[in-house]
Amino acid sequence: MKRLEIPAGHKRVGLEDSHAVAHAVMQCNVDVVAAYPITPQTHIVERLAEMVANGELDAEFVPVESEHSAMSVCVGASAAGARTFTCTSAQGLILMSEIVYIASAMRLPVVMVLANRSLSGPLSIWCDHTDLMCIRDCGWIQTVADTGQELYDSIFHAYKVAEKTLHPVIVNADGFYLTHVVEPILVMEQALVERYLPPFQPRYVLDPRRPVTMGAYGVPELYMETKKNQDEALKATYPTIIEEWQEFGRLTGRFYNPVEVYPNEECDIYFLSMGTIGMTCMVAVQRLREKGANVGVARLKLFRPFPFGELRKKLRNAKKIIVMDRALSYGGPGGPLASEIRACFYEAPNRPAIYNYVVGLAGRDVTVEDFEKVFDDVQARKEAPRQEEYVIYGVRE
Amino acid sequence: MKKPMLAENEFKTATELRWYDFEPGFVLVHVGTSRFYKTGDWRSKRPVWDNSKCIKCGVCYIFCPDMAVRRREDGFFEANLDYCKGCGICAQECVTGCISMVEEKK
Repeated sequence: MKRLEIPAGHKRVGLEDSHAVAHAVMQCNVDVVAAYPITPQTHIVERLAEMVANGELDAEFVPVESEHSAMSVCVGASAAGARTFTCTSAQGLILMSEIVYIASAMRLPVVMVLANRSLSGPLSIWCDHTDLMCIRDCGWIQTVADTGQELYDSIFHAYKVAEKTLHPVIVNADGFYLTHVVEPILVMEQALVERYLPPFQPRYVLDPRRPVTMGAYGVPELYMETKKNQDEALKATYPTIIEEWQEFGRLTGRFYNPVEVYPNEECDIYFLSMGTIGMTCMVAVQRLREKGANVGVARLKLFRPFPFGELRKKLRNAKKIIVMDRALSYGGPGGPLASEIRACFYEAPNRPAIYNYVVGLAGRDVTVEDFEKVFDDVQARKEAPRQEEYVIYGVRE
Repeated sequence: MKKPMLAENEFKTATELRWYDFEPGFVLVHVGTSRFYKTGDWRSKRPVWDNSKCIKCGVCYIFCPDMAVRRREDGFFEANLDYCKGCGICAQECVTGCISMVEEKK
């Protein structure tokens, strides 16, 4: 068997993905960590607290009393010029959501890992994307990691992009499927990290010698202007996000794209997914292709700013797109991701038929066989789906 | 570093600002600009002093929540109507009752 080559400037280490996140955060030399433990994000916070306590990481660890305080501390620390980290999940996220919106409006480059977990109720600790979708419009850059390596790498990319563009970044990672998995991770040597990520140079800091006003009141006469400013600025981060993935690739050999497509040829039918189920889907796609199906999978790695152009380019000849949503908009368009995809392709010249399956809520398994069943289900249908149609898949009838 | 103070003619009001005129995050880099933001137009009543009863104690000056009462050269007090919102606290607190609140006409 061929021995896996270790790229220059790396070590291959068996790490729990949560510990890989903590290690990356330490390598980014953050100044402030403010976080409140919540399943499935806990191991990240625990490890960071340990690192600060035993002197591996020279940072202020603020053991806050709630997530609302965690994000408030991050906002204050970032405004004072500190490189700042937090992480949370589900209930923690919606408790902090008030300040999440403020961090982006104030353009503070906080980085947050969101260990994706379903929102209660019923009470659940397991993975889905309902938490991600509840702050869909929060104005942060949002990337999605599908493997432990992607998650580790995403932290460096997040800080680079956040501090270059002055936008906070959420790195999404499926709870348990990533956070609690031990896998081999290519860990960068510190010198390589420092070649990629320069020290944080804030544009404005809270400093009595150079007073500025942050978080000013937006009177009705100019609130809308500030929002257009924020929206345009967020859209304008797209080239920087791509450029920094490229730069990261040149240094490490690992290249990332806003839409990762498998296989490397155009297909008639695409599964479209976000998160770890995309990896399962690749296996299903291999199996289906062996049986002669012209099918592929598109994995969305960037949720905000939404890569409309890239999707339309990569899936331009798709006849069917099967959107596998890990969240549900009750009484609305079904899966929130499918809603975006429908908007993306509505004006496309060869508009594909868009099918929507809501799967894997609260950690319900989504197996290779499930993808095959969904594929057969779609192929057996005689008529195109209605605009707002969706299937809550696998529910006992 | 010098304080980036603006002259009044350099200051733009809310309705003059375009969406691309802001610093990222709506950070305001100039200090002391609130003096150009005239908030006195909310007022429905204005304070008027009867200086024949005024003892120049300065209670109105101390109690004004908006620092809109100022002391004149001759030691009597008056309201800066660019900022006075007509709350009436000065009239309420005045020791001799020399301040009356008069309806704004326009």
